[in-house]
Amino acid sequence: MTALLQIEDLNVWFDLPDRGELHAVQGVSVGIEPGERLGLVGESGCGKTTTVLALMGLLPPSASASGRVLFEGKDVLAGGETSMRPHRWTDVAIVFQGAMNALNPVRTIGSQIVEAIELHGRAKRAAARMQTGELLESVGIPAARADRFPHELSGGMRQRAAIAMALSCRPKVLIADEPTTALDVMVQAQILELLDSLCTDFGLGLILVTHDLPVVAQLCDYGVVMYAGEIVERGLVDTLYHAPRHPYTRLLFAATPDLGHETEEIVSIPGAPPRLDQPLVGCPFRPRCDSAFSPCVTVRPVLRGLSDRHAAACHLNDLPLATPR
Amino acid sequence: MTAANAPLLEIDDLFVRYGVPRGLVGGLRRKPRLAVHAVDGITLMVQAGELVALVGESGCGKTTTAQAVLRLVDPASGSIRFRGDDITELGMRALRPVRRRMQIVYQDPYESLDPRLRVRATVEEPLLIHGIGSKKERPSLVCDALTRAGLSPPELYLERFPHQLSGGQRQRVAIAAALVLDPQLLVADEPVSMLDVSVRAGVLRLLEELKASGLGILMITHDLSTAARFADRIAVMYLGRIVEEGPAAEVVGNPQHPYTKALLSVVPRRDPRMRRTPQILRGETPDAVRIPSGCRFHPRCPIAIEACRSEDPSLRRPDGTRSPDHRAACLLA
Repeated sequence: MTALLQIEDLNVWFDLPDRGELHAVQGVSVGIEPGERLGLVGESGCGKTTTVLALMGLLPPSASASGRVLFEGKDVLAGGETSMRPHRWTDVAIVFQGAMNALNPVRTIGSQIVEAIELHGRAKRAAARMQTGELLESVGIPAARADRFPHELSGGMRQRAAIAMALSCRPKVLIADEPTTALDVMVQAQILELLDSLCTDFGLGLILVTHDLPVVAQLCDYGVVMYAGEIVERGLVDTLYHAPRHPYTRLLFAATPDLGHETEEIVSIPGAPPRLDQPLVGCPFRPRCDSAFSPCVTVRPVLRGLSDRHAAACHLNDLPLATPR
Repeated sequence: MTAANAPLLEIDDLFVRYGVPRGLVGGLRRKPRLAVHAVDGITLMVQAGELVALVGESGCGKTTTAQAVLRLVDPASGSIRFRGDDITELGMRALRPVRRRMQIVYQDPYESLDPRLRVRATVEEPLLIHGIGSKKERPSLVCDALTRAGLSPPELYLERFPHQLSGGQRQRVAIAAALVLDPQLLVADEPVSMLDVSVRAGVLRLLEELKASGLGILMITHDLSTAARFADRIAVMYLGRIVEEGPAAEVVGNPQHPYTKALLSVVPRRDPRMRRTPQILRGETPDAVRIPSGCRFHPRCPIAIEACRSEDPSLRRPDGTRSPDHRAACLLA
């Protein structure tokens, strides 16, 4: 079966003005089905935003990408802007990080959505306004509020408006980059509930980009953990929490305080991610890893399938009696 | 008068209001003056060696409370006592020695550090302002503070600029700049929310160590799971009031106020098997200019009864609590 959206062996390099290249995304492959909720997790600088920008064809000019981005089986990356353009927004849409603060302050939210609909030739005037009303209703904003300005809305309402705008061309895949980071817990819960119902009601595939593991555990079916530009582990969120096979995944969960586990020691992961402007030798996580052993110094681990939909890039899994704990 | 056994910080019935500008037209028309009731009658205590978390949504008044404690905003009424001394009315000059003993660490170490100052200068600056130490003594004070903040050996960091440090290291520099004055009270305003998950625990553990060394810490946060793990006591704020307060384990394990219950229910859990239906509060974010009558939470409360519209509940110990220090402001608790 062809996935709705499939990324294969994606690599992204940034040209640095003075010293060579920065290899921001390294051999990332991931796919998403209709109605699936996929969480892309990692620390800042791990390449998660670069990955989704690449699949939207929105990388800055200083970046170059290789690999394939298949939309319903068709490669949209190879042909550059010409092949990407018909798919962007109409098939794959993105709610950027901080999109709620990037709405035009001097225009009503309704007119901004109408503009998006008209620009893409989806509808004109009255019909576009009607669609806007429906879109706003679908994200939980009363249609009558279309004539409000962004400053008249609360943060949660602005985030809903930003989601409505991304949905204006009825995409099949929605990417949400840190959609709840600046929001309060209660508003965060409302937005997560909205994203969840959009997937259920419209069969939307969701790629949630976040550094917040509990949010992924709460909302997503499938999780992809990135570190230093590559996928270190992926699997069902239940597997990632209960049976992680990469020390980074295990440590990330252990670094997250959780209600009901107040007496548990919260770990911090010492050190910092490696620089990506120099070639990496061995496992990129080794300097921070609590279970590293000799092969980790010299041999770069590859992402290896462990069971259905579960894969990890760790030498520990090659040991005869793999005991990642 | 300083009482020997007085609590480190006592906030008593504190009110802070911000006037809402009427504008020229509003002034000419003699529109009524409106005020944001940012802090609306708060009583809170922090002991030495105790970490108190003030939890609530944006706009509930938690940061204003912290600013009032440090006298960065002036309260409309109520009192703030530091080691037994009333500092509510102190003038700027009299406040200076007190300020040395109470320091604040801000949320965003990317914004709070001067990008042009080396770590040495950032940490030394408070000493210069307060005229502490001679030119010879100051370097060792700076090194001590950096070591206490977990940046050791300090020589490794002294000559660096903020852009050469990671987020966690920056926050530690900000903490060192607070510690260099040897404070007794540390106000930490969302100290880890801008940091990566992998380094958060380190900074929180540092606060825990400082607490063990006798520092009183007032931590402002919206993250209940962090508060539950690291605080001794939790005070939950809603619209300028504390609606529930008590030992952290009690507030989290046996919440009494419907607002606390709702807040706890929406905290995402890291175990996917613990997914529950969150009890999401509807309705608009409350407006601190027009505070609802009766219980200020009643318009959003899932269990409100008729009496909640008129009767404003005060903090008291509910029947179902195990700790005498656990109090909630709810008619039904």
